[in-house]
Amino acid sequence: MNLKQTLSARSGVSDRIRDWWAGAPMWTRWLVYLLLLLFVVFVLPTEGVASIMSPQTDWITTLWDPIGIYILLALGLNIVVGQAGLLDLGFVAFFAIGAYSVGVLGREGWPFWGTVVAALAIAAISGIVLGAPTLRLRGDYLAIVTLGFGEIIRIVARNTTYIGDSRGISDLPRPPSMFGLDFNDVLDASAFYYLIVAMIVLVIVISVRLNKSRVGRAWAAIREDEDAAELMGVPTFKFKLLAFFVGAMVGGLAGTGQMGGVQGYIQPENFPFILSATILVCVVFGGSGNIPGVILGAFIIAWLPERFRFLDDYRYMLFGAVLVIMMIVRPEGLLPSRQRKAEMQEGTGGMGSMGAEVATPTTAAPEVGGK
Amino acid sequence: MLNDFINQFWPSTVGGLTVGAIYALIALGYTMVYGVLRLINFAHSEIFMIGTVAALFTVTEIFTVTSPYTGFAMIGMLLLIMAVAMAASGGAAVLLEVVAYRPLRKKGASRLAALISAIGASFFLQELFALQVIPNLFDRPEGRNQVGVPRIVERDKLFEIFGATVRLDHVIVIIAAVVMMVLLDQFVNRTKVGRGIRATAQDPETAVLMGVNIDTIVRTTFLLGGAMAGVAAVLYVVEFELTVYNVGFVLGVKAFTAAVLGGIGNLRGALLGGFALGLIENWGAIFFGSEWKDVIAFTVLVVILMFRPTGILGESLQQARA
Repeated sequence: MNLKQTLSARSGVSDRIRDWWAGAPMWTRWLVYLLLLLFVVFVLPTEGVASIMSPQTDWITTLWDPIGIYILLALGLNIVVGQAGLLDLGFVAFFAIGAYSVGVLGREGWPFWGTVVAALAIAAISGIVLGAPTLRLRGDYLAIVTLGFGEIIRIVARNTTYIGDSRGISDLPRPPSMFGLDFNDVLDASAFYYLIVAMIVLVIVISVRLNKSRVGRAWAAIREDEDAAELMGVPTFKFKLLAFFVGAMVGGLAGTGQMGGVQGYIQPENFPFILSATILVCVVFGGSGNIPGVILGAFIIAWLPERFRFLDDYRYMLFGAVLVIMMIVRPEGLLPSRQRKAEMQEGTGGMGSMGAEVATPTTAAPEVGGK
Repeated sequence: MLNDFINQFWPSTVGGLTVGAIYALIALGYTMVYGVLRLINFAHSEIFMIGTVAALFTVTEIFTVTSPYTGFAMIGMLLLIMAVAMAASGGAAVLLEVVAYRPLRKKGASRLAALISAIGASFFLQELFALQVIPNLFDRPEGRNQVGVPRIVERDKLFEIFGATVRLDHVIVIIAAVVMMVLLDQFVNRTKVGRGIRATAQDPETAVLMGVNIDTIVRTTFLLGGAMAGVAAVLYVVEFELTVYNVGFVLGVKAFTAAVLGGIGNLRGALLGGFALGLIENWGAIFFGSEWKDVIAFTVLVVILMFRPTGILGESLQQARA
């Protein structure tokens, strides 16, 4: 019971912060954004932080890959799962498509930024190719089809000689030096870190703007009740396809930002199903649909196994246990958006609630609204 | 190419039916839990893995089998191993429900949260077996390597159909799987508990009002699904003679695909889907090579779902709800 009280007290604090934020004037918000950005650029990658956060591995490299990459992927998947409410279990496919596009086109002699543009286009098109035949399916059928798509991409990469079969592609192209950042220094990953921060900021801006537009409202309507949305005149198929399109593009962007890690090579085995599952975990763990929550979730999920390297093999076992416990204690995630929280308690929100739940006073739906 | 297909058609058919029978048995666990809870029980693949480890333990540590058995001794041995594996898998499935799903169910958490809990449980069980259970049970320093299983059933050639050899182990796997599925189907359709399961799948709230004890029903569902995975595990060990801590992953994904292919929530659909998937995979492999098996399986799934969005037989254990 103590745990419960502590948690509700904490959500009381977060409620107050949210109320303040909702009422804060524009200049305060911009100030907070600016402070956050300054923190990320100047404070986060410093030695002092590194000694606390990551004594065993190079902190800036860790911040780039996996932390930055996970955040990008989670933001992309959040558009599909969190905003449109479509369960995608094969998101890693777009990540792989992005990375492989850069690798293959770079080998053909394209400049880095040219490969990025092409990679985004290819990833987005593959999102449409996957979505067009499958988005008429509901819930769990979509889940298994997307899972299959992720596996198909990995197996195709493994079996195709042109893209290096199981050996993968090495010597991925690196961006040219700019703003005094050198991308060819193997020992210093800070250039990659700043690049990934720029990518994350871009994706956040796009996500927020989409969410506040007609598109975002259409996604929310589809997520809460697809039939009702359709009856209200929302072209649901079109908007679901759009969610796949944008999500795939962000996944592809993460693939280009990954650049094969420090060693600069990619292999099919870098894109296993377990990565799709982990990214989904990031989204739900942090608070599906809420951008700060998703970023926090991705940060924690990427950082914990790096931080607890001394636990060696046992960290993944503990990770599994933490997931189960977390979902039991706080199924709505660390920082859920208010709307999503209400939806989840009501049993709507895309996936709905489990079938055979026993109605108890705690599961009775609270009033939605009062926003 | 066509010549290859004609030559290899019947051997592939035998192989496809054998592996399809195993898919179908695992698919039953997915389909039953999905029917009642509308939850993808992601950790079901680990329930299967626990079954293979239990079977291996029975074979090597309890009975120290060194040479294959024959006749009644073999049947008795198989039944015994199945009993142990069913108990282990069924027990693990019930425990999983109590620890990872029941608290969420009581809270009325979203299905997405339940899915994450399932993924977490799956991670946990895999790592637990790789790090502790397999090294300690079989006295191996490295728990992540494949563990060979001694031969239990002699691979005698029984007969030939159109030039394809049918071995004793193929026949045992297919017959055992079909018998188990018929038993389960009868149980769900004829007994009182089975009626409870169907009622809960159709409408949980009304089922509760009609006096169905939901906790018992859910527990029974997990027990039955787990036991079927245990049988599948024994058949897998008989046929492929190995196990490893992540043996369940690929089989689990395939079995779930089979369940969806046949129509999820539908027991007979799981049977049909399992055999269909096994056959399609093996036939496709003749044309494209066996490294493309998984791609063929998923492509067929997408194509079938495009034309029949609720699987071949549709969802019958439950009503299709949005």
